[in-house]
Amino acid sequence: MTFLEIENLQKRFAHTTAVEHVQLEVSRGEFVSFLGPSGCGKTTTLRIIAGFESPSSGAIRLDGVDITHRPPNRRNVGMVFQSYALFPNMTVAENVGFGLKVAKKPAAVIRHTVEEMLNLIKLPTLGSRYPYQLSGGQQQRVALARALAIQPQVLLLDEPLSALDAKIRVSLRNEIRSIQRELGITTIYVTHDQEEALSLSDRIVVMSEGRVEQIGTPFEIYNFPRTSFVASFVGTLNILRGQVADPARGKILVDGQEVMASRGLEHARVGDGCSIALRPEVVSIGEAAEDGNRMQGTVEDVNFLGSIVRIRIRFKDNAISLDTFNNPRLSLPQRGQALTVSFPREAVLALEAPSST
Amino acid sequence: MNRGRLGSWIIILLGVMYFFVPLLSTFEFSLRYLRGVYSFEAYRIVLADPRFGATVTYSALLAFATILVGIFLVVPTAYWVQLRLPGLRPVVEFITLLPLVIPAIVLVFGYLRIYNSSSILPLTGAERTTDLLLIFSYVTLALPYMYRAVDNGLRAIDVRTLTEAAQSLGAGWPTILLGVILPNVRVAVLSGAFLTFAIVIGEFTMASLLNRPAFGPYLQNIGANRAYEPAALAIISFAITWACMGLIQVFGRGAQGPAAGAH
Ligand SMILES: Nc1ncnc2c1ncn2[C@@H]1O[C@H](COP(=O)(O)OP(=O)(O)O)[C@@H](O)[C@H]1O
Ligand SMILES: [Mg+2]
Repeated sequence: MTFLEIENLQKRFAHTTAVEHVQLEVSRGEFVSFLGPSGCGKTTTLRIIAGFESPSSGAIRLDGVDITHRPPNRRNVGMVFQSYALFPNMTVAENVGFGLKVAKKPAAVIRHTVEEMLNLIKLPTLGSRYPYQLSGGQQQRVALARALAIQPQVLLLDEPLSALDAKIRVSLRNEIRSIQRELGITTIYVTHDQEEALSLSDRIVVMSEGRVEQIGTPFEIYNFPRTSFVASFVGTLNILRGQVADPARGKILVDGQEVMASRGLEHARVGDGCSIALRPEVVSIGEAAEDGNRMQGTVEDVNFLGSIVRIRIRFKDNAISLDTFNNPRLSLPQRGQALTVSFPREAVLALEAPSST
Repeated sequence: MNRGRLGSWIIILLGVMYFFVPLLSTFEFSLRYLRGVYSFEAYRIVLADPRFGATVTYSALLAFATILVGIFLVVPTAYWVQLRLPGLRPVVEFITLLPLVIPAIVLVFGYLRIYNSSSILPLTGAERTTDLLLIFSYVTLALPYMYRAVDNGLRAIDVRTLTEAAQSLGAGWPTILLGVILPNVRVAVLSGAFLTFAIVIGEFTMASLLNRPAFGPYLQNIGANRAYEPAALAIISFAITWACMGLIQVFGRGAQGPAAGAH
């Protein structure tokens, strides 16, 4: 059942349209990420849900109630900011208890909840510290506890890990996810980092230039991107350009070589230009299984990345990268060497025309 | 390099002399009340004069009132300009600088015309309402310093995000201003307050023309009629001003901790 509903949201600023026709239904307890490059309207959408901006048109409904025009302090929505935004004049405990104090809860209740929250974020002993005495990761955990202490209906996080260094980012994101699961709180998480979105989310909303490009599970987004934007933004991708040879059978010519796609050529005609996408990990060296695709090319480059070796192969106008696991028993191909590569039909993603044209 | 360093020392020395020679001379002169010996007789006489205590108290009270009104006026204004009307900042800054450009004497004549006893708002008609007028005029005089101090303090914290964090936790405007913003600009507000205090304590023009028993007019009155006491008074008011500056430093340092602002 839909818990948070974002209906046909639009936001225009003086010179830009930041958000256009954003439509989303989030179920109770779901973890949804907004993923997209900087400036695509993620923050604006989140701020509209929080009530810091009002939409030019559209509506926000929370648990069946229209909150589009409700001021932010009466929405019961928890917010975590990239810059932590802890109150510098208050201790950790006072920060976490702020929302409860504002709500005029009895002191004993506040004390108890604060203690509970500090245990939840695994900082039970730091209640009397001031924010400037904490590391960035600790500050963000306190900010999370502060947002959760008021038992919000929805938790909103705007790039909460961007200001932290890589190691802490990974451990804290797992912690956020496990706390979210424990509390079963409906969560919207804004990020420009595809790895974060893929590893955390129940569903991902991929955005570009104010519009929703695709909504789906991480599995769907990664394996079946619907637009070339999604395909190229999420994961590494080979894009090959060719012409449609037989739309009914899904046959495409790439640099004169035949490639069979498994789907997506319904509306094409013979001779149309088209693009297909291939993940580096689906391409392998050597002959294919019976109905697979095979192409001949020349090794252009070999990159040793540790556990993975990335090999670049050129056909004519097109080139692809493929990943193989490093295996000390196999010899690596040499630059300039002719090589046959293969990939299954199902791995060929025929892309829709970019949505901006 | 040596000559360059010598040059800067000479300049520093000249600067120090420029400030301290008159001060030391005044101090030395203030000690010569009794013929042939140095003494604090002039200070004793000044401090024993009941008008000294009365005018200092009066001015101090007015200074506190001025500070309160000033904070009440400036903090929300500067906050709102920073939060919602950043485009208006140059206009507001210009307005707050006007008291530095318009002489106090012009201001006070304006007041006397507008608020005289035969006007719609006869503030000068009674002593208490004249005090009120004097407080408002002091707020105006202190505005450039107060506004600048508070504005700098607000710039040092992330006003917008802190406001939004408080809002999302359910806080309304009074809580945000008093509980979140004000404590985090405490140092800035205090330094504005001490500057205001220093200005009000020594102010002459307004108090004199509005005919109120403030410290400034008393200072002038003594200066016109006595020899040694004005020097002693000058030193005393210097001491008061310096004490204010010292307090700014103390509070500024004390606030390295919690109220030092966002990191
Ligand atoms: N207050 C504002 N005034 C004008 N333009 C804005 C404002 N906030 C955001 N924008 C514009 O809206 C677009 C989307 O911004 P934002 O939602 O912050 O993107 P993201 O969070 O995805 O990086 C950008 O082009 C940005 O410049
Ligand atoms: Mg953003």
